[in-house]
Amino acid sequence: MGRKLLLEHIDVPGIETFEVYRQKGGYRSVEKALKSMSPDEVVEEVKKSGLRGRGGAGFPTGMKWSFLAKPEGVPRYLLCNADESEPGTFKDRYLMQYLPHLLIEGMIVSSFALGTNLSYIYIRGEYLFVLEILEKAIAEAYANGFLGKNILGTGYDLDLRVSPGGGAYICGEETALIESLEGKRGNPRIKPPFPAVKGLWGCPTVVNNVESLATVVPIINMGADEYVKIGTEQSRGTKLISACGNLERPGVYEIDLGLSVEEFIYGDDWCRGIKNGKQLKALVPGGSSVPILPTHLITKTANGDTRFMSYESLSDGGFASGSMLGSGGFIAFDEDQCIVRNTWNFTRFYAHESCGQCSPCREGTAWMEKVLWRIENGEGTMEDIALLEDINKKIEGNTICPLGDAAAWPVASAIRHFREEFEWHIKHPQEAMSRNYGLLKGATV
Amino acid sequence: MVKVTIDGVEIEVEEGTTILNAARQVGGDIVPPAMCYYSKLEGSGGKCRTCLVEVAAGSEKDPRPMPKLVASCSTQVQHGMIVKNASSERVKTGRAGVTEFLLANHPLDCPICDQAGECHLQDLGFEHGKEATRYREERRTFDPIDIGDKIKLHMNRCILCYRCVYTANQITDQRVHGVMHRGSHAEISTYIEKAIDNDFSGNVIDVCPVGALTDKTFRFKSRVWFLKPMDAHRDCPTCSGKAVVWMFGNEIYRVTARKDKYGEIETIDGKTAWICNTCRFETKEVDKWNVEGPRLINRHSVISQNHYTLQNPLNNNTKNIQ
Ligand SMILES: Cc1cc2nc3c(=O)[nH]c(=O)nc-3n(C[C@H](O)[C@H](O)[C@H](O)COP(=O)(O)O)c2cc1C
Ligand code: SF4
Ligand code: FES
Repeated sequence: MGRKLLLEHIDVPGIETFEVYRQKGGYRSVEKALKSMSPDEVVEEVKKSGLRGRGGAGFPTGMKWSFLAKPEGVPRYLLCNADESEPGTFKDRYLMQYLPHLLIEGMIVSSFALGTNLSYIYIRGEYLFVLEILEKAIAEAYANGFLGKNILGTGYDLDLRVSPGGGAYICGEETALIESLEGKRGNPRIKPPFPAVKGLWGCPTVVNNVESLATVVPIINMGADEYVKIGTEQSRGTKLISACGNLERPGVYEIDLGLSVEEFIYGDDWCRGIKNGKQLKALVPGGSSVPILPTHLITKTANGDTRFMSYESLSDGGFASGSMLGSGGFIAFDEDQCIVRNTWNFTRFYAHESCGQCSPCREGTAWMEKVLWRIENGEGTMEDIALLEDINKKIEGNTICPLGDAAAWPVASAIRHFREEFEWHIKHPQEAMSRNYGLLKGATV
Repeated sequence: MVKVTIDGVEIEVEEGTTILNAARQVGGDIVPPAMCYYSKLEGSGGKCRTCLVEVAAGSEKDPRPMPKLVASCSTQVQHGMIVKNASSERVKTGRAGVTEFLLANHPLDCPICDQAGECHLQDLGFEHGKEATRYREERRTFDPIDIGDKIKLHMNRCILCYRCVYTANQITDQRVHGVMHRGSHAEISTYIEKAIDNDFSGNVIDVCPVGALTDKTFRFKSRVWFLKPMDAHRDCPTCSGKAVVWMFGNEIYRVTARKDKYGEIETIDGKTAWICNTCRFETKEVDKWNVEGPRLINRHSVISQNHYTLQNPLNNNTKNIQ
């Protein structure tokens, strides 16, 4: 097992309570930051740590913080994005469910750094049971003087609230999240203005992922100089990976960024290979929206170099032969799985979750879903493949928010790497209806 | 003032102007089509994506091109910005894509639609669409519903531009009109078909770029190109009373607000000349209006420009067909 910065105490009984969490050294970073550091020093430390946003886009957190506008007399807000709805991603839920105080601790330090006095955790509607866990933990933090007025006698005030969404993937997009939090329909806003200038209630706002905020805790505790020793130059620190699909041992793992993909899939400490001794056929390394990789591009890049679990290595080769680390939703497909069906399933998700504001996404995702459904059910034509590629290109980059891109990439990459499988479905309509491509042909290496 | 170049035309506009409005100051072919933006409605724009343009240089300070096409209605110009609209192949492809998306689920029922002849989707389809459709799937359909006794909603024709939502929000007292559901299931609705009961609700008909919202007092009475639009006014206690009456012989068939060539209600005496429901729906007698004279017809429509003759298969002149 590797090093654990976030999940160190996850197995300690009672770690979800304030008492046990504190005994294990919890809330030290709050003491350190509030008593011995200035807000700017905290921002500087996070910048130095090289922490990149864990929500999917990988934007440097410290840099995002330094963009926050700070006009006099206007409140600012920190919002924690706990909408986690990307298929394959469940690391934030794990962290909040078992270590609620770690998120609260990270939010106190981050709020202090940004000078906000009211912060929110926006949590997806389906995580209502986690909401209860968080509310209980927040009440404990208030009772012990870590939230509320004059925290630890430093004069810093902070209120923290949890607000549930109605169960919409789109509300994970930061401006849709803000709209939803304001009590409106969760439609992404037209940018600019960006939230750093005009966010919640028109005030400067930072939106960060659960894991990003939790990671601030070890960064402050150990110091950025120590933190940067972990990981690679462009991917510092550790990352939670939610591994699922046909793996021998799926689950949430904390890895040092830079671990090899091969080690992560087959290593004894990690996923222990593919279930039932099958072959690995394809991998979606970072949540459903990132490009799917075929067998020969999983453990090696197109150049034959070892592929690592890091921002730069997973994206090596661009969209032609690479993918993305994304949110860390690691989905493995064995030789029995049908890529066409999976692509249809992902697309169905995006069509269902599109907010419907802009035409390319509203119409394009629903159209792709229908075409894929036809192909999967033996009613496709060869022109449909070109049609899908064309619809794809017309969605990508032309939408209000990145949901359009997220819907386009999985289709584009599936056709790029598994074209023959699409063609097979079209040429063998009867068999496509009655049998599974994967079962029939095995891995396409 | 900032300087911006659009399709090679250089102009100076005030800081904070959007690319679309800068182009409108010049007029002509360099103006991108806009199906959702409506200058009189705060917050409108950004949704339909028909106005996408290419920014070949961001500004004088930072002349890098923008990687994606941008919505010209909601992107402000920068000093030294270079924009390509009609002159950009990427824009043409992107816009053709948007047009195809907007038409994918559209019923194409122009022959029985009151909006035909003044429909912006018809124009867009003609300029940027294809003759055939690649959409083989079953179209999404809704039943037409009544919004009160004067307005009909044909959701099948709606392009979800949100203009009527902003209108209901911004000029009527009580909003009961909005969007329900999401994705391709999204639909315009009043709260469980509750009538919008408000003096100004009829203006949603005028802002609708397509035939989704139509005037029940005019439905199926005539094609718009058979009517003569006349500027007219009356003393109205509720609104400015400045409207357009659409006449056939000596009879008024319908009343609308005065709209400019972009389909937007005109500003008269510094105010947007919305008209009230009494003027629109209940004042069809000629003697109640002071008819000022014929209104200049804005020949944006493909029908009033006689463009359709160009699509005659017997006619070899196909230069307008893209
Ligand atoms: C459609 C869509 C859904 C998203 N869902 C999430 C989500 O569930 N959780 C999340 O942290 N970020 C999500 N994001 C990314 C956020 O917009 C934002 O970039 C992120 O919360 C920033 O946090 P970070 O910088 O800490 O990663 C989503 C983005 C899009 C476009
Ligand atoms: S009904 Fe008309 S105005 Fe309203 S959203 Fe649809 S197209 Fe736009
Ligand atoms: S007019 Fe600009 S996006 Fe619709």
